[in-house]
Amino acid sequence: MKSQRALLIDTTLCIGCNACQDACKAQNHLPVGEEKKLTATAYTALEEHDGVFVRRMCQHCVTPTCASVCPVGAFTKTPEGPVLYDESKCIGCRYCIQACPFQVPKYEWSNNYPRIQKCRFCAERLAQGLPTACAEACPTGATTFGDRDDLIREAHKRIAAEPGKYIDKIYGVQEVGGTSILYLSSVPFEQLGFTTKLENMVMPMYTWNALSKIPSVVSVGGVFLYGIWWITNRRTEVQRLERSLENLDKKNTNHNDN
Amino acid sequence: MKRKLQSLTFWKIVAGIIIASGLYATYIRFTQGLGASTHLSDQFPWGLWIGFDILCGVGLAAGGFTLAAIVHIFNIKRFEPILRPTILTAFLGYVLVIVALLFDLGRPLQIWHAIIMWNPHSVMFEVAWCVMLYTTVLALEFSPVVLEKFNLTRPLKIIKRMTAPLIILGVLLSTLHQSSLGSLYLIVPEKLYALWYTPYLPVFFYVSAISVGCAMVIMESFLSSKAFKKGLEMNLLTEIGRIIVVMLAVLLTMKLMDLSNREAFPLLLLPRWETYMYWLEIGVGIIAPLVLLSIPKVRQNSTGLFAGALLVIIGFVVNRLNISITGMEAWAKVSYFPSWMEIAITLMIVTTGFVVFSLAARYLPVFKHGADPKAARPHGFEEELLYLSQSRHVEVV
Repeated sequence: MKSQRALLIDTTLCIGCNACQDACKAQNHLPVGEEKKLTATAYTALEEHDGVFVRRMCQHCVTPTCASVCPVGAFTKTPEGPVLYDESKCIGCRYCIQACPFQVPKYEWSNNYPRIQKCRFCAERLAQGLPTACAEACPTGATTFGDRDDLIREAHKRIAAEPGKYIDKIYGVQEVGGTSILYLSSVPFEQLGFTTKLENMVMPMYTWNALSKIPSVVSVGGVFLYGIWWITNRRTEVQRLERSLENLDKKNTNHNDN
Repeated sequence: MKRKLQSLTFWKIVAGIIIASGLYATYIRFTQGLGASTHLSDQFPWGLWIGFDILCGVGLAAGGFTLAAIVHIFNIKRFEPILRPTILTAFLGYVLVIVALLFDLGRPLQIWHAIIMWNPHSVMFEVAWCVMLYTTVLALEFSPVVLEKFNLTRPLKIIKRMTAPLIILGVLLSTLHQSSLGSLYLIVPEKLYALWYTPYLPVFFYVSAISVGCAMVIMESFLSSKAFKKGLEMNLLTEIGRIIVVMLAVLLTMKLMDLSNREAFPLLLLPRWETYMYWLEIGVGIIAPLVLLSIPKVRQNSTGLFAGALLVIIGFVVNRLNISITGMEAWAKVSYFPSWMEIAITLMIVTTGFVVFSLAARYLPVFKHGADPKAARPHGFEEELLYLSQSRHVEVV
């Protein structure tokens, strides 16, 4: 199988020039203007934490939470890596916003027919064999595009080459079962606003544990309820029969008496 | 007489104001969108409409499947006199939940997508299907009342024959989605505050739905007896009170065991907003009614029983709002309070429920025992007579 496409974001190389956001906005026809947070009009944004710039965007999880919670399957994980949203399916329940462990999906609250907005991993460019617009625009190589396995190897190489510079962790390898966006950092990730409790937590498993019990609840429950109904109903019927027999007996004795 | 008239006009004015403001809010909601009408945001995407209208609405309608199971599956026919109004309450409850959902969904016109676009991995998908199917089941369970009214004997016979499988289906569907409303929150282990997040959320949702469903049966009987000047089936309601005691005891035990398993007891003493709200929910909604209703004298007294049921309902609502709002605020780093339009629309939906119920009770044989010869009980003919002799003419309000 072809390995998945991924991005490696090395926060130590980022100079905060915002070229990635500009390129992203141009690529996706979003209103121009610098935004410091992910919004419905910014698929990627640069956050600054004590002088360190961190690019935020959809993590394109290997097992995406949004795709698992969406009741109408409006999200799909494509084999190449992108997690894509289909607005023609969406009913607007906003469970994806509620459930996403990275707070990525944003809503068009002021729109009367709103869509979810988030990074599309430049799926159309990927299909043409091109890298994402942001990776192409990055002047310092802070964002690099490639195969996920290759990028993980590359990240390990960078950590091994400069152990003093990097902390020994690649964010996105284990988190929620793995993501397509990988991060390197010189400071602990929680200082950069990352959730660090998500290691190895494949989110869809939490609900699947409950959902997978449905067939047994239905079959055992159905048989159980039918059984109770059968027993109690039978009891009533027997009682009724007995009473009518009694009445018949009484009638007969009365008849005989006469 | 004059006083009665005054109070009548008062409630009509209140209902009028609620409906008028609700309709205005509806106009804003559907012309300018969710952003203009609600205090929802990307940080807080689910608010009052999900927390109250959906989570509480479905739970408060749980009396329908509980009492239907008691009467038809456990075959305890003496509860039949209060079954019809309960089924009506449940049916209206579910219809209003769907109406509320149309307000909350960003793209309400595509609500039907869940029928053809399947995602069996989604809890929301399962809830959607169960609610659709169960609303249909409730409509069928209530249909005899309408069919009787119009003397349609043939469909009535068909429905009566379908009763057992229908009721079993209803109980199964209710079991699935009442618990699944809790499962919705299993996906946010890092977001929902630890006092509420537990793998047992679906179980807690289910058990609390049964106890609040019973409390709603009591509440609904009391309100009907006041509104329609009919007698109270106190002996039946007292027994329902006993079921509540058992369910609350089960719920409390499970909650304590769960806190202990998760070593979450220290959280009960942290001086935080969540702690106070948790104590409110447990104290008012579980411990107080558990103590009150365990006392036979309280249970057999109409005021005591009513108070106990009311506490259970309040505690239930606090619990659902805690999970959907209180427990999510700390993580979201925003405090959410609904906009006046969210509140107005919620009140309008609740008011509509009351109005439709009273109309149905006025024009349909809701408070009439279904005339099924098979349902005649082996014992208690006297009670039957007593029941029939009670003054139960419906006064037109």
